[in-house]
Formats: sequence, C-alpha cells, structure tokens
Amino acid sequence: MVTMTDPANDTVIRVRDLVVGFDGAPVLDGLSLDVRRGEILGFVGASGAGKSVLMRTIIGLVPKRAGSIEVDGVDLGAASPGARRAIERRWGILFQQGALFSSLTVRQNVQFPMREYLRLSRRLLDEIAVAKLEMVGLPPEVGDKYPSELSGGMTKRVALARALALDPDIVFLDEPTSGLDPIGAGEFDDLIRTLQRTLELTVFMVTHDLDSLHTVCDRIAVLAEGRVITAGPIPTVLASEHPWVKSYFHGKRSRVGGARAA
Amino acid sequence: MTELTGVSSGLLLDNGDRGGRLALSAGGAWTAERAGELERLIERVIARHRRVGNVDIDMGAVERLDTFGAWLLERLRRGLAEAGGEPRIIGLSEHYSGLLTQASGLNRVGTAVPRRSALAAALAVLGRAVSRMAADVVAVLAMTGALAAATGRVVARPASFRLTSTVNQMERVGWRAVPVVALITFLIGGILAQQGLFHFRQFGADLYVVDMVGILGLREVGVLMVAIMVAGRSGSSYTAELGSMKMREEIDALRTMGIDPVDVLVLPRVLALVLTVPCLTFLGAMAALYGGGLMAWLYGGMSPEAFLSRLQEAISLDDLAVGLIKAPFMALVIGVIASVQGLAVEGSAESLGRKTTESVVKSIFLVILLDGLFAMFFASIGM
Repeated sequence: MVTMTDPANDTVIRVRDLVVGFDGAPVLDGLSLDVRRGEILGFVGASGAGKSVLMRTIIGLVPKRAGSIEVDGVDLGAASPGARRAIERRWGILFQQGALFSSLTVRQNVQFPMREYLRLSRRLLDEIAVAKLEMVGLPPEVGDKYPSELSGGMTKRVALARALALDPDIVFLDEPTSGLDPIGAGEFDDLIRTLQRTLELTVFMVTHDLDSLHTVCDRIAVLAEGRVITAGPIPTVLASEHPWVKSYFHGKRSRVGGARAA
Repeated sequence: MTELTGVSSGLLLDNGDRGGRLALSAGGAWTAERAGELERLIERVIARHRRVGNVDIDMGAVERLDTFGAWLLERLRRGLAEAGGEPRIIGLSEHYSGLLTQASGLNRVGTAVPRRSALAAALAVLGRAVSRMAADVVAVLAMTGALAAATGRVVARPASFRLTSTVNQMERVGWRAVPVVALITFLIGGILAQQGLFHFRQFGADLYVVDMVGILGLREVGVLMVAIMVAGRSGSSYTAELGSMKMREEIDALRTMGIDPVDVLVLPRVLALVLTVPCLTFLGAMAALYGGGLMAWLYGGMSPEAFLSRLQEAISLDDLAVGLIKAPFMALVIGVIASVQGLAVEGSAESLGRKTTESVVKSIFLVILLDGLFAMFFASIGM
C-alpha cells in the first residue's frame, strides 16, 4: 500500500539474467525483463519458445538455474518462506486451461482463496463471490455449476474471477483468449482492460492473439532465442528488425501486413 | 462521538446523530484483510440507526480501497437506505470512483437459496439413491447386451477382432497377477490348515483337515480370493482407464470415427478377464492345497504321503469343476461393472475417484452374491 504511491519505484517485477532449463540446453538463457506498475505487458514468442516457462518460473512453479527475480524489490530466490507467501498472496494466476478445481462448484472455486487467507462470514463470502462473478460478466446462477458444465469462455471468466479473488496487485494471464471466438476474445480483452483500470492491476499476459496485443497491451515483450529481443510499446516493437518479429507482426495474419495486402 | 472499535483500527467512526443528520467517518485500509472486521462494524452501524435522515459517510481518510471494501461500503449504503436514510458518500478519492460505480451494480439479484426441510432433504437423498440403483441395473444390462452384440459382430467378422489388445490385456490382468494370486492363496490355504488342525485335534479328527482344505480350496477359496483380488487389481484399473479416456473425450473421438468403444475398449478387456480368471483360479486352488499340505506337514506333523492319499479320497473332480465353472461368470461380472463405472465418469477428478471405488465395491459385492447363488445351484443339482 505504500509502494503504490511511490512513483520512483515503478518496476514491479524485475527479472535479470535468468537461466532456466530442463535437461540439456536452457530454454531461457540470460533473460532480463521489467514489468512496470499498472501496465498490461503482452508477452509473445513462438510456440515452445518458453513464454509459459518464464511465467511459471516467476510464480515459482519451475526452478531456475541462475539469475534473479525480484517482485517489489524482494528477491524471490532469497526470500524467507513468509515473505514469499506475502508476495504470492498479492498475485493471481489465470492458467491456460483454467485449472478450476473440478470437484468444487464455481462459487466454491472463487471462495477457495478467500477461505484460505481471510476470516470472513458466510454471508460476506457469498456476496463477494457473486460480486466477483458479476465483475467478470457472469450471472450469479453460474455459481452453483461445476467446472465440467461450463463452456470454454465461461471457464476462462471463472478462472479470472478466482485469480482476482483476493484483489491481487499483479495478475498473470496465460493465453487468456486462446480457444475463444474472436467476439468472445474481444470481450475478454475489454474485460481485462476494464478490470485493470478499476482495480489498478499490473497484468502480465502471455498471448498469441495479435488483436489483444494491439488493443489492450501497453507494452509488448518479444521472446526469441531464450531472451527478450525487444520490448516496448507497439511502434517500438513494429520497428524491430529481428526476422521473427517481422514475420510475426508483418505477416499475412497481422493487422499491419493484412492491411498492406488489401 | 461513539467509537465503534479500538482507536488503533479507526476503520469506521460513528460521530452520532446531529439534528437528524448522521455523520460517519471512515479511515484506514478498506481491504480484504480487514473485511471481516469491517463487516461487523457495518452491521452494527446499520442495526443502530433505524429511521435516520441524511447520513454522510466521509471516506476522506481511507488510504486504500479494494473490491471487498467497495462492496462493504455499498452494503452500508444499501443498509442505511433500507432503514429509511439517505446516505451520501463524500470525500472518496476520485481514483476509486470506478470501483464504487462497479460495486453499486453488484449483488442486485437476490441469490437466496430456498431452504428445504430436513425430512424433504432426506427423502430426496433416498429417492435419488433408489433411482440411481435402478439406473445402475439398466446400465449393467445395457453393457451386457452391448458386449453380446460386439461378440456377435466379432463372430460374424473374425478379422475385426482386436487380438493384440486382448493379448496385451491378458498379460496385464492374468500373467502379471500370478505372483500375488499364488502368494495370497498359498497363505490362505496354510491358515485354513493351521486353524483346522488346532481345533480338530481336540476331538482327534486331524485327518479331516485335509477334507476341509481340499473342498474349501477348490470350491471357494481359490475362486473367491482370485475374484476379489482381480476386482481390486484389474477392475479398478479398467474403471480408471476408461474414466480418464471419457474425461479427455477419447471415447467421443472413437465414436465420431464410427468405432464402437465397446468393440475396441470393453470387449478385449472383458474377454481377457473371462479367459484368465479361470486360469488364475486353478492356480489359486493349487496354491491353497500346497499351502495347506505344507502347513499340515510342518505344524501338524502329517506326512505329505498321508496328506495326498487322504486328499484323493476327500475330493473329486466335481470340486475342481465347481470352482472353475464359477470363475468366468465372476470375471464377466467384474469386467462389466468396471466398464459401466468407467464410462459413467463425468468431468471431475472426484467423479473418477468415486466411480473407481464404486466399481471395486460393487463387483466384490456381486461376486460374493453370485457365489452364494452358485452354492444353492450346485447343492440342488448335487455337485
């Protein structure tokens, strides 16, 4: 709550010289990246380039070989378990497939983090769960359904509601619009934008969706060869001479390339 | 001025009623961590002020507001408005106006769940259990029918038979079960002999231990122990395999390719059971006799020759046949139940676990029931 009003320290996540690998050659090799407070950072790269690996390394699901990850000035590698939990409590994660608990109802899924971390009355829990569902654009009746009864778009929305359950400062989104139709994807982009503004979120978004990159992202970071090869607002990235960036943003399916062809 | 909580918290101060005008002032962090505390304060304020006029809620000193705080502020506003007041929120940082606007639209639709009496709930549980049981019977009959139809198709077109799959399943449920089946039935045979010797010796009937071990081993112990072990070992794995295939839409994929899952998944598995369980039963019966004989020799001092000659008198081929005749029927029951439960798995991980448990419990129950029916049948035909 202090950091929020401190304009000098506006880097929330600072990744330096990160090396991550499984067996053999590293997937991420000397990667450095800054995520600034209150921005939506779009993170792109070829399939298999290691976008999800970076996200999973930052949130602590994948061990790193070298380098440092700082969140709000706290080095996650060196932090005590208590300090780590305090950081973890401040972020929410939307997994690609939703990762909703299949044996709990939607309401219980959204309430789960609140039950774990907060002591609230039943009435307040129910009200907040409905409120979160309404915030992501779902009617309250959805609360009684099980995850297996939801459509793809609804699953994403419920997963977003659960990610937002504790009012996090940072939200990680792993391909939030994958598997949605263009209209649904556009609505989801708008939702992310609106929520980011009202709740003042910092959003780290792994995505492939060129429309999302153009419409909602403040900055874009491009991953190739295990490093961030360019990062910045759309014009900066479009100006990059890297061949992968060129073919990605100027290819047939891109806005720039598509418009030129037409 | 009334302080609602300790000064340290300062979340909400009630400045009292001043000429029909109530002033509340809020401060601190209206966030998730304080939500429990805040809720109690708000409820007290609402309860205390019935029929107030104008209320000013001064949010000027609030350092931080999140959705929890915004909702509770909205609840306070609605509570006071319901009590006849005209609440106004003043001094809230511009910054949070979006959040407040959002909160004012939340929870408008009543979400109260209708409560039912305990008796109605108990009756509903009973009713559901009965209808589920009926559905189970239908499902088992349907699966048996589907298996018969699949067998018919295979007989008509032998080339469509999944031989590789069947042999693979036979290895998994038959060959690999040999060590554990042999060990367990050997031990049971030994235990039967030891118990028999201990008690029969009191009236000098040592020799009848051989009769008991022989008849029980061949007719009951071999086949029952094998069936129970196969239900636990292979029935459960069938249910889990078919269930996770169902969850991952693999079964649907097969159907769309015009392939009946019963043909490719269920028939080879059930057939593998029907073919291997009699073999395991024979093995189990022999191991039980061996265990009994060994125990009679080591514990009861009965020489192997004496045991064998008595055994020849005590048992007939009928006893072995009874055990072996029962085996394929028990295998069929286990296979059908396991497949029905596997294909009944729904989307959740919990459902997979529940169906696997049901598969084992139901097949063991039915195996024992079937054994009882067979006992009556064989008694009446004099076998």
